[in-house]
Amino acid sequence: MTEVVIAGIGMTPVGEHWDLSLRTLAARAILSAEKDAGGLKPQALYIGNFLGSMVSHQANLGALITDNSGLGGIESFTIEAAEASGAAALHMAYLAVSSGFVDTAMALGVEKVTDMTDGVEKILATGLDFDYEGFEGVTPAAQAALLMQRYIYQYGVGHAAFNWLPLLAHTNAVHNPNAMYRKALKPEVLQSAPPVVDPLTLYDIAPYADGAAAVILTRSGLLPKKPVQKPVRLLGSSVITDALALYDRPDPLRFEAARRSVEQACRQAGILPGDVDLFEVDDFTSIYAVLALEAAGFALPGEGTQLSERGHVPLLTMGGSKARGCPVGASGLYQVCEAVTQLRGQAGALQVPGARLAMTQSLGGPASTAVTHILKV
Amino acid sequence: MDAAGTEKPSLLLKTLKPIGIIGYGAYVPRYRIPAAEIARIWKGAEGSLPVKEKAVPGLDEDVITMSVEAARNALARAGIDPQELRAVWVGSESHPYAVKPSGTVVAEAIGASTNIQSGDWEFACKAGSEALVAAMGLVGSGMGRYALAIGMDTAQGKPGDALEFTAAAGGAAFIVGPAEEALAVIEGSYSFVTDTPDFWRREGKKYPEHSQRFTGEPAYFHHITSAAQTYLEDSGTKPEDYTFAVFHQPNAKFPQRVAGMLGFKPEQIKTGLLVPEIGNTYAGSSLIGLSNVLDVAKPGDRILTVSYGSGSGSDAFGLLVTGAITERQGKALKTRDYIARRTEIDYAQYVRLRRKITME
Amino acid sequence: MEIPRHWRLKKQRYALVGEVCPHCEAKIFPPRDVCPHCSGEAKTPYQFSGQGEVYSYTVMNDAPAGFEENTPYTVAVVKLAEGPMVTAQLTDLGAEPVKIGMPVEMVTRRIRSDGNDRGMIVYGYKFRPVMQ
Repeated sequence: MTEVVIAGIGMTPVGEHWDLSLRTLAARAILSAEKDAGGLKPQALYIGNFLGSMVSHQANLGALITDNSGLGGIESFTIEAAEASGAAALHMAYLAVSSGFVDTAMALGVEKVTDMTDGVEKILATGLDFDYEGFEGVTPAAQAALLMQRYIYQYGVGHAAFNWLPLLAHTNAVHNPNAMYRKALKPEVLQSAPPVVDPLTLYDIAPYADGAAAVILTRSGLLPKKPVQKPVRLLGSSVITDALALYDRPDPLRFEAARRSVEQACRQAGILPGDVDLFEVDDFTSIYAVLALEAAGFALPGEGTQLSERGHVPLLTMGGSKARGCPVGASGLYQVCEAVTQLRGQAGALQVPGARLAMTQSLGGPASTAVTHILKV
Repeated sequence: MDAAGTEKPSLLLKTLKPIGIIGYGAYVPRYRIPAAEIARIWKGAEGSLPVKEKAVPGLDEDVITMSVEAARNALARAGIDPQELRAVWVGSESHPYAVKPSGTVVAEAIGASTNIQSGDWEFACKAGSEALVAAMGLVGSGMGRYALAIGMDTAQGKPGDALEFTAAAGGAAFIVGPAEEALAVIEGSYSFVTDTPDFWRREGKKYPEHSQRFTGEPAYFHHITSAAQTYLEDSGTKPEDYTFAVFHQPNAKFPQRVAGMLGFKPEQIKTGLLVPEIGNTYAGSSLIGLSNVLDVAKPGDRILTVSYGSGSGSDAFGLLVTGAITERQGKALKTRDYIARRTEIDYAQYVRLRRKITME
Repeated sequence: MEIPRHWRLKKQRYALVGEVCPHCEAKIFPPRDVCPHCSGEAKTPYQFSGQGEVYSYTVMNDAPAGFEENTPYTVAVVKLAEGPMVTAQLTDLGAEPVKIGMPVEMVTRRIRSDGNDRGMIVYGYKFRPVMQ
């Protein structure tokens, strides 16, 4: 198969960008990625976005964003897979480039959540089965709470067993210039945090924020002789779905789509999950990270929380969604941009020494959609 | 025969076919506010309180949801296919909609067919018994084999008003069917109605108004005694023929006094007198008293029930309990099961549950 | 207002009417177009008993729009006696804390108003601790 490489990446800082619109956030990431790629322009733009049509009352983002970003006239449309939209857009770009349909494609994840001062939770709940979950007053956080409650019951662990994940995320985000929270947490703050959606505390849930991240893909043979950046190869790209509703799964504590997506991406890349030097796992909530780690095979079911003591592959190296901030549908492309930064050796204080192989996984809902990518230098 | 020796025609409502109650079921929500707690807010001194406490519906309850549960209990006792019902009637003065029937939701929820009558009934506290008499007519005439009649309320009382102490939530459902399937045969009924404005709620108003002491003698007592006396006379029965009697119960005093006036003894009305514990459930009031009586009645017992609805009127009807009652009593939750399920609330919680806090 | 949607779903919401697969006998709730067990077409209505137990639960203190009035409320995944699981609110909880494994039964309750208090009242299933 033709080798697909990441020629450039671009990110905006994650946060509450009161003064920036959806289109401006998108343009900043796009221009930044183009610059990073030495001026390479895409022939197609795939946009990962979840909330735009509801929060910003804006659909048809392909036309809007290409026109506003100096890409007018190219192929472009939105890919939606809830929180995994951005990662799914990368999958589309991968297909377009690897198939030879285009030479260069860009995947953009963009999310503008702060245009509405209230009501966003209800909109986020559209990622659930609305007729049977959203209708009952369930939100994405509530679903995570239902899973954590069951996990605690079934495996006999305490809530404190999850605290290492937000702690790790916040520790790493201190050195990420794009992160929303650049302040380390004290363990005692986590211990005493009251549940907000029992048993989830505030620290178990990634904060929704604005942000945009873009990745330019091309085929290795098309790169300039002396590329601006060290090219990162995209060796695996897999999108797998599960039952949308939690209640429809034989065992809700098994993230089946996450497991199969890792398996498929790794097989494609010819590696095993254990080979990777870092894993940008989805920590939209602590419980999702634990279940995803178990699904990827880093721990047996029920033992994911023990990884902090046992030692584990570097995770959430730039702060994850918890501390970098969670730009919902764009978060999957932040993960990829962060992994690329690591593989290029540009992560500064956060650099994973000798990182050559990385895995990223973005989940839409409780792994109703799981998107896994394998990257290598 | 009167003094002149001529036959006086009977005023009893008698059906063409023998009919009876084949299933019944009650519902009372779980929250209770003690009358003393209401008095704490609105009256400094502990006066004589009309009830001990009253039942208050939860935030997710209304006449429709409560009717659904009572109807499911009635169906469980009747053991019939809900598709065989030919009427689903809800009598209430607190229908959730001013326009749109409660009965259609109830009918769909209990699995009734589309071949039904389903209008709502309104006649203050006798809306439920009015629906029951209509069900007797529908089944007794042969128009349909089974009819469901429900009396249910989440009654409104103006904050600080005398009615706030008693206006409660609850009621009961009855399925009328052929006498041969009945757990209690309906021996007959009689209704007495005049235009007597003792209590009303104008269109669009939140709370009802009442005419203070005028609600007593010319209203409650006159209508109940008129209906009961005519029923007893024309059915050729006497108070002592009845094991149980149930009278509409706006407070604890009125039904006891009217029982005495009619010649009934305290032990005859004791079982059906639920108002001290759950308050006045309005359209459900006499009917839930009757459901509590049926929960403990034995074959051969006679029961007289007399409702009262402001405006005003009374329905009186007599039941003769059959052998079928014994095995049907245990087929659904009993009235006492609901009364025993009790969470006490304070006035602040009451204000919230009754939506007296405006959210917008 | 979303009247057609609520109207279309009333049978399953009011009374927990699901389906039984005509091919493999699996009990299905909520109704689906294709049986998740045998992939046959599923369309035979089936009345669930309403009995079940709590698989997991949480308490919503910060409700999404439309649910503020009932906050805090408890939501649960309930495992129905017939096999399937369903997501629903728990109601009529007394002083007893909710526990995983707790037996519950279906009741029909007000879920919310469609829009504001001028809109239609939407009724649906909730579960409460089993009485008796």
